[in-house]
Amino acid sequence: MMEVFAYDFFRNALAAGILASVACGIVGTYVVVKRMVALAGGISHTAFGGIGLGYFLGIDPILGALGFTVASALGMGELSLTRKQHLDTLIGAFWAAGMALGILFVFLTPGFAPDLFGYLFGNILLVPQGAILSMAALDLLIVGAVLLLYHEFFAVTFDEEYARVMNLPVRAITLALLVLVAITIVMLIQVVGIILVIALLTLPAAIAREFSRSLPRMMVLSVVLGAAFTTGGIVLSYLLDVPSGATVILISTAAYGAAMGLRGLSSRS
Amino acid sequence: MEGPVIDLSGVSVSLGGRPVLQDITWKVMPGDFFAVIGPNGGGKTTLLRAILGLIKPAAGTVRVLGGSPAEKRHLLGYVPQYRTFDFSYPVSVQEMVLSGRLGHVRGFPRRYNREDREMAASALQTMGIADLAGREIGRLSGGQQQRAIIARALAAGPEVLILDEPTVYVDAPTGDHFMEILDGLRETMTIVLVTHDIGALSSHVTKVACLNRHLYTHNDARITGDMIQAAYGCPVDLIAHGLPHRVFADHGEGEEP
Repeated sequence: MMEVFAYDFFRNALAAGILASVACGIVGTYVVVKRMVALAGGISHTAFGGIGLGYFLGIDPILGALGFTVASALGMGELSLTRKQHLDTLIGAFWAAGMALGILFVFLTPGFAPDLFGYLFGNILLVPQGAILSMAALDLLIVGAVLLLYHEFFAVTFDEEYARVMNLPVRAITLALLVLVAITIVMLIQVVGIILVIALLTLPAAIAREFSRSLPRMMVLSVVLGAAFTTGGIVLSYLLDVPSGATVILISTAAYGAAMGLRGLSSRS
Repeated sequence: MEGPVIDLSGVSVSLGGRPVLQDITWKVMPGDFFAVIGPNGGGKTTLLRAILGLIKPAAGTVRVLGGSPAEKRHLLGYVPQYRTFDFSYPVSVQEMVLSGRLGHVRGFPRRYNREDREMAASALQTMGIADLAGREIGRLSGGQQQRAIIARALAAGPEVLILDEPTVYVDAPTGDHFMEILDGLRETMTIVLVTHDIGALSSHVTKVACLNRHLYTHNDARITGDMIQAAYGCPVDLIAHGLPHRVFADHGEGEEP
């Protein structure tokens, strides 16, 4: 087993998993406390449209995904501020339209779309060296934004209406937070794929919520859990020779189930 | 401030095509402890949301502290109806109450200073929950949560404190205690309170209005039969519930300017 650590691809995979965990622990915490899991799910599925556009234009599909997720995050964020009562329908529409665009673009692209399956279900063992650097840069961006806007993000995720009454720039803060969600989703797509992103974004934070009394602690614990799940999943998938993304997600859901069970036991005693 | 702190003139609001407020003209003067009573669905929360600039009236103007709601609302303290947000959010009482200062925290990045912390500490003190400062809000009782929500509004040092049904989820003795606390705050701020529960009205209230789409007031603490009749359309029922004789009895006619 140990000899596998000598391979670049394997070390890259582990590094990518840990870097993605930093983003997903911090941003996932906001997604969980603000209860915007469905919104995040919608954003991640619109990424498929961007992947398809990337193939169609002959550019890096991940760049296309970044464009689509950021645009859809801004679009849905704007609508969530003005048309709250229809938000779940709007999310469904964005979700499906993004996927549909992706299918059309891939169809229109002449020839074969390599790695398409990897974008849908993740293939962390193929993460290139360059992606590691850009993931590290995006982590820095996310950490920096949260350090600078910590109180603003708290205000809009805790009590949006009160933030408005205090005359905080609620719209700008909300959209900034959603852009961070979009960036994080693109990082996670490279680890577990579009279909499974939502689990990795929310499960570590949901578990951490049960054991944290403050937002910063919840973030740190989510990062640690995310790193453990991705590392464990990558190693296990290699040993068993099964898909890595699915393994990471199954480990996360099993841990979530265990945490819920623990909570059930402790609340009864 | 000389003029009215809240000044509505001819304000009408419709929600989903249904008129909720109609032609409301209303002034709240500095130092008032103004209670607005009315049945559920009578437009009380909508009235407060119009004052806070959270909804735009279809007609009429709203002035707050001499400016528009959007310009001045950070100088108001708002106590929304209980549970408009999620108490499972991982945050301490201290941090939640401090966040009430954010409308006054300038600069980038926003950071709390000594004054912010002192205001928050004194708000916790006023509401009698200083000993709970470190506790997670999800672990408070209902009454303690309500105290924390009021403390958040007080931390801003508001010129006007606006409360939406502050006693609806607390027992009667706690409600009375809240009213005493509010009375003690009247030295430093104007207070506007809406409630559907006439029985919760305290003798400390200096002016009363009845709201049911239209606003009825004599700009003093009297509730007259015609106001109740107009607002509730069912005076007998209200008398049966105990029309608040305290409001009638405890305020002599000469007490108000």
